[in-house]
Amino acid sequence: MSEFNAVLRVRGLSKEHGSGESLVRAVDGVDLEVPTGQTLAVMGPSGCGKSTLLHLLGGLERPTRGETWLAGHRTDTAGERALARLRSRSVGFVFQAFHLIEELTAAENVELPALLAGRSARAARRRARLLLEQVGLADRSRHLPCELSGGQRQRVAMARALANEPLVLLADEPTGNLDTAATLDVLRLFQDLRGAGQTLVIVTHDERVAASADRLITMRDGRFVDDTQLAGSVGGLGGLAGWED
Amino acid sequence: MQDAILAMLAKEPAHGYDLGVRLRRALGPLGESMNAGQVYVTLGRLEKAGLVVHHRADGQPARPDRKVYELTEAGQRRVAAWLSELKLPKPDLVEFHLKVATASAGRLADPTELVAAQRHALRQRLHEVQRAVLGEPEGSTTGLLLEGIALRLQADLRWLDACDSVWANFENKSEEE
Repeated sequence: MSEFNAVLRVRGLSKEHGSGESLVRAVDGVDLEVPTGQTLAVMGPSGCGKSTLLHLLGGLERPTRGETWLAGHRTDTAGERALARLRSRSVGFVFQAFHLIEELTAAENVELPALLAGRSARAARRRARLLLEQVGLADRSRHLPCELSGGQRQRVAMARALANEPLVLLADEPTGNLDTAATLDVLRLFQDLRGAGQTLVIVTHDERVAASADRLITMRDGRFVDDTQLAGSVGGLGGLAGWED
Repeated sequence: MQDAILAMLAKEPAHGYDLGVRLRRALGPLGESMNAGQVYVTLGRLEKAGLVVHHRADGQPARPDRKVYELTEAGQRRVAAWLSELKLPKPDLVEFHLKVATASAGRLADPTELVAAQRHALRQRLHEVQRAVLGEPEGSTTGLLLEGIALRLQADLRWLDACDSVWANFENKSEEE
């Protein structure tokens, strides 16, 4: 895999907090390439560094050591303004707690990133309408976040993350606050995005969310302890019916 | 499959072919590996057991799929018994548990490696089932079957997490002795 068809690429990536006796290596020298169109899930116990990894990949945090590329652009050495521009145009974020702006309607929340990226109000509105339709919330566009269920709020947050057609969507425990039905709705959306060629990185502790991905990395103590391509089992689903008669 | 076929015949007599189609439809993706022959083999066994009888459809050539099957009285009783019977699912954990326990006791293999291999296999299967769940339209009854299988696989994976932590500590203790 060359760096050109890898949307995300990191080499020797480390992030340390504190110093001396209290030094914590949240991410400890990892290498990773995420090819275009891949859905990657990252699992691991709390405190294993998976959220920090996601923040480093998206340029929300700076690494202590190592190199990061986003769509072929070096990001660990980029200046603050260049990094902010790259982040707003190329990366979409989805968080466990939704992080919607409570005073704005669903549609206004979705319009915001496009407006901040310098698009016209009309273009932002058109894009927001399209995205809310895509996530099945066209009829909720004028609702405030507090008038929506958890699942609906997360779908608004996903629409917002897609506002600027990001090269990669980074999701940190996107279903952590959702019940089973709302989780399935969000997973169906991820599946649609995957079908459309969207690159996704999903940090989760839910095996079923991880199982929806193409690839599953397990982290422990800041390192990758497993990296598996998910391809299904030998024999396929038919074997599950178990004909003994 | 025997009980399901009997239950399908409880409403009205049917061709073996129709029974196969209805079974496959009820199973969704899980029915894809089922071949038509299995239905006829099962019908043959049910007939031998006196639970169904067949007659040929009028004016049809003598082909096996022209046979129309119906329940006997014994067959009807068996359907009623099946519907009222309560069957608890088998947890199917004993064999794996014993494999790890004996491997650990005899130092035949590293328990945590056995757990890791099992986890890999379960995750590949869950991947397959989960994709199938997401491929079913909302509210589909075959989706419900897949959902149940996914939930069980998820429970098995949680159990492996418990196995992992206990067996890892167990090993450490025996090394200290």
